[in-house]
Amino acid sequence: MRIAPNWQALTALVLIAAALAGLPFTAAPGAVLALLILWLLALAALAALIAPATSGLVATFGVLSHAAVFLLLASLAGAEGTARPSFYAALAAAWLLGWRLVTVLSGDGRRGSTGPGWGLGLVIPALFGLWILILWEAVVRGAGIPFVLLPPPSAIGHKIMASLPILAADFHQTVLKAVLFGFVVGSLAGFLTALLADRYRFLARGLLPIGNMVSALPIIGIAPIMVIWFGFDWPSKAAVVIVMTFFPMLVNTLEGLRASGAMERDLMRTYAASHWQSLFMLRLPAAMPFIFNGLKINSTLAMIGAIVAEFFGTPIVGMGFRISTEVGRMNLDMVWAEIALAAVVGSLFYGVLALIERITTHWHPSYRR
Amino acid sequence: MSEKPVISASGLSLVFATHDGPVHALSNINLDIHEGEFVSLIGPSGCGKTTLLRVIADLEQPTAGTITVNGMTPHQARERRAYGYVFQQAALFPWRTIAANVGLPLEVMGLDKAEAQRRVKENIALVNLAGFEKKHPWQLSGGMQQRASIARALAVEPAMLLMDEPFGALDEIVRDHLNEQLLKLWAKTKKTVVFVTHSIPEAVFLSTRIVVMSPRPGRIHEIIDCNLGADRPLEIRETLEFQRIAQQVRDGLRAGHSYDD
Repeated sequence: MRIAPNWQALTALVLIAAALAGLPFTAAPGAVLALLILWLLALAALAALIAPATSGLVATFGVLSHAAVFLLLASLAGAEGTARPSFYAALAAAWLLGWRLVTVLSGDGRRGSTGPGWGLGLVIPALFGLWILILWEAVVRGAGIPFVLLPPPSAIGHKIMASLPILAADFHQTVLKAVLFGFVVGSLAGFLTALLADRYRFLARGLLPIGNMVSALPIIGIAPIMVIWFGFDWPSKAAVVIVMTFFPMLVNTLEGLRASGAMERDLMRTYAASHWQSLFMLRLPAAMPFIFNGLKINSTLAMIGAIVAEFFGTPIVGMGFRISTEVGRMNLDMVWAEIALAAVVGSLFYGVLALIERITTHWHPSYRR
Repeated sequence: MSEKPVISASGLSLVFATHDGPVHALSNINLDIHEGEFVSLIGPSGCGKTTLLRVIADLEQPTAGTITVNGMTPHQARERRAYGYVFQQAALFPWRTIAANVGLPLEVMGLDKAEAQRRVKENIALVNLAGFEKKHPWQLSGGMQQRASIARALAVEPAMLLMDEPFGALDEIVRDHLNEQLLKLWAKTKKTVVFVTHSIPEAVFLSTRIVVMSPRPGRIHEIIDCNLGADRPLEIRETLEFQRIAQQVRDGLRAGHSYDD
């Protein structure tokens, strides 16, 4: 065991000393808690200075620094908006230790390290996300930023837990009905049209310029028209999603069908393969990376389209409806809850598509192992 | 050589229309190729050797003259899968394993599974790739990939192989090795082979006849008989007879090509 100085831990120690000199943290009493927090942080900083960094040591200083920062957040209770510089010094010390933790976990500075494994590959981004929430919470509550401007994540979390039935109903209305239906129908129609346009050239010549024009249509413009055509409920939102997803899929699939090489196509000709045989055996497999590109673009477009379309007339359920009405009622925590839901759903949607892509195009140079 | 030729071209010409005016890729080609022959087309780039092979394969249409393959038009011959074609690159499909690549033409032909499996296994063994059936193309070396593409052409069980500089992209050691293997394969299967190359030793080593072509317009300059006997080890390249034919080919190439441009 020896001391391995690193700038994060050393700076953290300096900040802890400064925080100790500048106590108290807030206007509320709580000297014992403050001393406990600083003591935990100091222990963590010392543990972060010891080399070699065994997994036990890393776990110790990780747990200590995060325990300290949660106590620090707890010390804000009843004293919002009164945080003094010593509070921010302690916060910065904890943040530096969190930084050190991620540095050690990523294997930075170690020669020949082969990148993080599967578990660490999840832990590191999770820590990053956690720290965004911690800093958000600490600054918003410490500085007493008005609720309407930016609610703290804890309030958003409470709102999510308290409104699960509403969120579930909105998810069901917007995602399971409008987004999924629109995405599947729009993408499938774009794909099948691409197959036809590839077979009969006049279709491609005529459709692509129109497609570019439709892609340029503002969603704000077509959404109210779809509501007039298909009514207030989800079919009008699905129609918006279909319009938005059809042409990206058409264009990407057509592009992909041109991706196979001339030699490969000549090869199929020497076998006297029919159009459909060379389509299914050569050109569609070669087009898969392009097709998945279109699907991934469409997954985001579908979410945006369905949510925005709900701003233009809807039954009293749906993510876009909720956002537009709760903004009017200054219930910003509910708006943020819907945003969080949309972010999670959108990421999962994209992630599932990316996973399927990896499995089906395992042969592609970017995935080869 | 009295029987009907497998490939017969007479007065064959092909003119490509380009932005810079017409390009005479082939001009008045007369050539008969008989069953079991190994004919090499040799010449500098632009002499039309690949174009001639592609006309035989019905991948290009001649603008004048006639050509028959097995007594049919090239189109009919292609529809009946009369030949196997080997390209300059292996052109294996990366999403298929080696076995599935070799079986690709059989799937197109709609062969029944058991027969297709038999042919795949047999031809993979023939090109010494047994044990690599489950690999993907990118896991194999360039020489192995090209061998797999030869197995794929053979799986069709054609009477004729058309090969367009199949070993051009490989290094010389691998090339020598594959030349030897190809010769053995030819002796074993008695197929008619039309082989495009720009390597003189390769042409002399492999062929029964060498067609020397020259560019602008692409035409046949000379046809050289070259029969070094059935059993040809690589060392035959050191013999006087080999050197004599190679010199003859080199003279023909030089005479047909004006180097003043």
